[in-house]
Amino acid sequence: MTEVGEPSTRAVDEGPARTHGGYDATFRVWRGDASGGELQTFTVPVNEGEVVLDVIHRLQATQAGDLAVRWNCKAGKCGSCSAEVNGRPRLMCLTRMSTFAEDETVTVTPLRTFPVIRDLVTDVSYNYEKAAQIPAFTPRPRDPDGNHRMQQVDVDRPQEFRKCIECWLCQDTCHVIRDHEENKAAFAGPRFLIRLAELDMHPLDVVDRRDAAQEQFGLGYCNITKCCSEVCPEGIHLTDNGIIPLKERVVDRRYDPLTWLGSKIRRRRD
Amino acid sequence: MTTTAPRGAGAASPGRGGGPAPRRAAIAARTLRTDRWWLQPLLTVLALVAFVVYSTFRAFQNAYYFSEPYISPFYSPCITTGCEGDTFPELFTGPAWISPAIYILVVPLGFRLTCYYYRKAYYRSFWLSPPACAVAEPHRRYTGETRLPLLGQNLHRYFFYLGLLFNVVLTYDAVLAFRDETGAWGHMGLGTLVLLANAALLWLYSLSCHSCRHAVGGRINSFSRHPLRYRAWTLVSRLNARHMQYAWISLFGVAFADLYVFLLATGTISDPRFF
Amino acid sequence: MELERHAYDVVVVGAGGAGLRAAIAAHEAGARTAVVCKSLLGKAHTVMAEGGIAAAMGNAYPEDGWRVHFRDTMRGGKMLNHWRMAQLHAQEAPDRVRELEDWGALFDRTPDGLISQRDFGGHRYARLAHVGDRTGLELIRTLQQRTVALGVDVYMECTVTRLLTDADGVTGAFGYWRESGRFLAWEAPSVVLATGGIGKAYKVTSNSWEYTGDGHSLALAAGAGLVNMEFVQFHPTGMVWPPSVRGILVTESVRGDGGVLRNSAGNRFMFDYIPDFFRKETAETEDEADRWYDDKKNNRRPPELLPRDEVARAINSEVKAGRGSPHGGVFLDIASRRPAEYVRRRLPSMYHQFKELADVDITAEPMEVGPTCHYVMGGVEVDPDTAAASVPGLFAAGEVAGGMHGSNRLGGNSLSDLLVFGRRAGVAAAEHASKRAGVVALREEALVEAARAALAPFEREGGENPYAVQSELQQTMHDLVGIIRTAPEMERALERIAVLRERVAALSVEGHRQYNPGWHLALDLPHLLAVSECIARAALAREESRGGHTRDDFPATDPEWGRTNLVCTRTPDGELTVTRQPLPEMPPELAEVFEEQT
Repeated sequence: MTEVGEPSTRAVDEGPARTHGGYDATFRVWRGDASGGELQTFTVPVNEGEVVLDVIHRLQATQAGDLAVRWNCKAGKCGSCSAEVNGRPRLMCLTRMSTFAEDETVTVTPLRTFPVIRDLVTDVSYNYEKAAQIPAFTPRPRDPDGNHRMQQVDVDRPQEFRKCIECWLCQDTCHVIRDHEENKAAFAGPRFLIRLAELDMHPLDVVDRRDAAQEQFGLGYCNITKCCSEVCPEGIHLTDNGIIPLKERVVDRRYDPLTWLGSKIRRRRD
Repeated sequence: MTTTAPRGAGAASPGRGGGPAPRRAAIAARTLRTDRWWLQPLLTVLALVAFVVYSTFRAFQNAYYFSEPYISPFYSPCITTGCEGDTFPELFTGPAWISPAIYILVVPLGFRLTCYYYRKAYYRSFWLSPPACAVAEPHRRYTGETRLPLLGQNLHRYFFYLGLLFNVVLTYDAVLAFRDETGAWGHMGLGTLVLLANAALLWLYSLSCHSCRHAVGGRINSFSRHPLRYRAWTLVSRLNARHMQYAWISLFGVAFADLYVFLLATGTISDPRFF
Repeated sequence: MELERHAYDVVVVGAGGAGLRAAIAAHEAGARTAVVCKSLLGKAHTVMAEGGIAAAMGNAYPEDGWRVHFRDTMRGGKMLNHWRMAQLHAQEAPDRVRELEDWGALFDRTPDGLISQRDFGGHRYARLAHVGDRTGLELIRTLQQRTVALGVDVYMECTVTRLLTDADGVTGAFGYWRESGRFLAWEAPSVVLATGGIGKAYKVTSNSWEYTGDGHSLALAAGAGLVNMEFVQFHPTGMVWPPSVRGILVTESVRGDGGVLRNSAGNRFMFDYIPDFFRKETAETEDEADRWYDDKKNNRRPPELLPRDEVARAINSEVKAGRGSPHGGVFLDIASRRPAEYVRRRLPSMYHQFKELADVDITAEPMEVGPTCHYVMGGVEVDPDTAAASVPGLFAAGEVAGGMHGSNRLGGNSLSDLLVFGRRAGVAAAEHASKRAGVVALREEALVEAARAALAPFEREGGENPYAVQSELQQTMHDLVGIIRTAPEMERALERIAVLRERVAALSVEGHRQYNPGWHLALDLPHLLAVSECIARAALAREESRGGHTRDDFPATDPEWGRTNLVCTRTPDGELTVTRQPLPEMPPELAEVFEEQT
C-alpha cells in the first residue's frame, strides 16, 4: 500500500525528478581525533534535492558506520550539524548539493576553532562556559495586574537576537579565537556579545552589563570584520544590530565625557 | 570501581568522561576555501591606495583648488590667510609651505578612519586580520581594539559630530556655487551640480553612520515612549544598511569634486554653464 | 569496571521543555538536581515547535477562560483525555506562560502591550502565545538560560540506558557519555522522564533522531504502564519534497494565517470532510471561511483548521483517490491568498525553511504537503497532580507521559503541557526525594549487568548493521501501523517486529566506544522495538476509530471504547501485553461544561 508522502512508483518513473537527479560525488571528509587525522576520500551517490548532511548520513549507513557527526533536526532549526564545507563554516543540513558542480570535490571538515572529539564532532564546551558567565536576566517587577507590558517596537530588536539557534558558526569563524586560542579566556565570541546586546536592549531588564561587556567578555577584541554576520544561518545582523550598538553603548558608559558627566550629576542627585 | 566527586554547580558543559586532552583537528592548510577569497581584499587595497595617493598629492600641492565660484572639498573650510577665494573667514596665517588642507583634513580623515565600515575594510585588506572569513591571519598575537592606539576607535562619534560641521560648510560651498564669477546669484554650471552631489553624498554617508544611528535613537530601550526618535532611528537604520555603499561612493565623490576643480583651475577644461 | 558515579536528589532525563521545567522546579524546591540529555543543551526537539503555547490568558478574546480551553482539549482528544490532566493544564497554562517572561522570554505583543495570541486548529479562541513561528526555540532558550542561571548540573550528550530500582522504587539511573563511551551512574531517589516521543519508529516523521522512545521503554522496563499507545498523531502538513526533507513540519500557523489546502484539481477539498462532530462550528462555504479571518465572532472556522487527525485523514484520502500533487501530497497555498510581505513577516521560519531546503518561494507558489508522524498521545500512565508513575520515585512529563491529550492532541497544547506537567513533576520529584533521602543505594550487580548489556554489540561479530534494522522497522510501522490500520496488517507487523527483535539481539557494531553513532543506534533500537510493539498491540486491540487511531475494519467510533483505556505493560517473563482499564470518570461539575456550550 502506498502511503501519503511517498510518491507512487509510477510517479517516480514518469516524473522528471529522479531521471536526471542522481550522480556520484567525490567527498573528502576529515576523519580522526585529538591524536591526529586526515582527509579521507569517498565516492558516494547523490540524489536530487539532497543536502550535504544527507550525503554524510549515506556514508555512515553504507561506508563508514562509525563516522561521527552531530546532528538533530535536519531542518536548520537546532544548529547541531555545524561543520566546514569547502573551508566555509556551514550547517550541513542547509548546504544544498545543487550549489556544487557535479564534478566538484566537496571537502567536509570539523569546526576549526574548537577541539576535535572525533571526525566531524568538536568539543564546543567553550560556548557553554561563556554562556554560564553572562549575568542573568533580571526583570523589573510585574504590573499590578500580574502582566508585563511591552510594545512590539520595543521587543523587535532583542527578538532578532533571540532567533539565534546556537550553532556556534559565528564563534567558529571569528578570527579572534579561531586564530588565537589564547584569546578564549578574555573573549566571549559574537554569540555572547549579541546575547549581552539582547539583554541590554531588553525592555524589562534592569542590570547594566556594559562594563562587564568590555572588561569581562572582551567586546574590545572585536574588530567588526563581520565574518559572524556572513555565516549566520538565521540571517541575524550580529555586527550592525548587535555588536556595534553594544560598542556605542559602552562608549556612552566609559568613553563619552558628556554622558559620563551627566551620569555623575544624576548620581549625586539620587 | 572508581568514584568521582559530584560535578560542581552549573557544570553545564558537554560531557567528557575523560579521553585525550583537547586539541583541534590537525588540518595543515591555512584555509580550505576554494573560491577567490583574496579578490575582495585586493580590490579594497587598490581602491584605498589610489585614493590615498591622489589625496595626499592634492593636499600637499597647495594649488589649483579654487576656480571661481568653486572650491575643492579638500580645501574647505579654507581657514588661513593664504587661501584663495573667500568662502570662509580666514582665521590665521600659517607658514606658507603648509597647505591649508593640512589643518582641516584631519577631521574627515579621522571620521573615515574610525568609521565602523572602513575599519572592517582596512583591518581585512591591509592588516589581514583576517584577510577573509575562515582564512587564517598571519599575526601571532591579536588584541583587537582593547588597547591604545586602537582603543581610540571609540572616538568615532566625536569625529562624526565634527564631520557634520564640515558637511554644513561643504553644503554652504555648494550654495555659493550658484553665484557666478562676479559673485552675482543665479548661476549654475556643471561644477555646481558636482559640489551639490558631493555634499549630498557626504550627508548620506554621515547620517547612515552607526554612531548617528545610536545617537538618534539606538541608545534608548523604550521606542514606544519616544515615537519621534523611533522614527528617526528607523530612517537612519534604513540608511545604515547601505553605509558601505555610501562610504565608497562619497569617497570617490569627494575625489571627483576635487579633480573637477583641479581641471578647471589648471584650465584643462571649462565649466559647462546651464544658466 | 570503570564507572563515574554521582549522587542527586532528582535526575531529569531529557532537556526539552518538560525536562528543563522539571529541573527548574526541583531545584527551586531545594533538591540537588541533574539534567541528562542525549544532545547538546538547547537542541532538544522542543525547538521545532513553531505555532505557540496554548493558554487561555484572554489577551485576544476576554471571553476565553480555562473552561473553554478544557472543553476544546477534551473535544479534540475525543473525550479520551484524563479529565484531571486536561483541567490542570487549562487552569495553569496562563501562569506558566507569564512566568517565562520573568525569565526573559519575549513573546509577540498585542497593541496594548500584552502577549499576543494566535488562532490554531481546534481552539475556540485565539490563544496561542507565540514568537513569530519559532515559539519552541524561545521556550527552550528561556528555560535553558534559566537552568544555567540557577546552576543546575547538566550532563550533555549523555544517554541513559537503564533505570535502577529496588523493591521500594527508583534508586537511580545508568548511562554512557556519547563522546567517550564511558559509563556513569546517578544515585537518586527520584527520576523524571522527559524524553519526548517515538517518531523514529516511523519512516516519515517530523521528529529528530533523539525520538526513539527511550523514556517509554525505560518506564516499561522499570515496571510502569504505557497508556493508549495506539494514538499516534500524524501532522497533516509535513514537507514531501525533496525526499531528503520529507516529513519536516510545515506549521499549522500557515493555515491559521490564511493558507488553504487544495487538491490537484484546485479544489478546497476540506469542505468535503467536515465530520458531524464539528459541523456546527465549521464554515460551510468558502466565503464564510474567508470572512472568519477578519471577523471571528460572526463566522465559523475554515475546515482547514479542524483538528489534526481530521485533516491528516482527508489529505490521505485525496492522495489515494488520485487527486494529489506531483510528489504525493496536496497543495498548501498561501501565496495566492496573502501578500508576500505578510507571509514573510508572519511566517519567517517557514519562508526560510522552504527557500533553503526545497528552493520553493512560498510567497509565490504553493507548498506540497502530506501527513508526517508527529506526536504520540500515548505514554507513561501518571497521576495527574504529581506526574508520578506507578513505580515509586518515577515521574514522567511532556510527550513521554500519556493521558493528557486523549486520542488526539490540539496544536499548541504540547508546549503548555510541557510547562504545566514539567513543573508538577519537578515539584513532586523533589518532595519524594526528601522523603527517601539517604535510603537509596545502587546495587553493584545491576551496574555490572547494565554495562555488560551496553557493550554486547561490540562483543558480537559478523552481525547486522543497526542502520539496516532501523530502516526496516520504520518501513514496517509506516506500511502496516500507519494512518489507516487493519487487523491483518497489524498482525503482520507484530510478526515482523518479533523477527526484528531477534535481529537486534544479534547486532554488531564496528569501531570503538568513542562517539560511535552505530553503537548509539544499536542501544536505541531495543527501545524503538518496545514502543513499536506496544503501538501495534494496542492498535490491534482497539476495535474502533478515534482521533489518531483509524481502523479501516472498524471505521466508527464506539462509545464503549470511549470509556476504555489500553495499558501496555511488561510481564515478568519480559513479554509486552495490553490490558483494558476504565477511563477515569469526570466529576459532574466538569461534565456540565460540555452541556452549557456546544
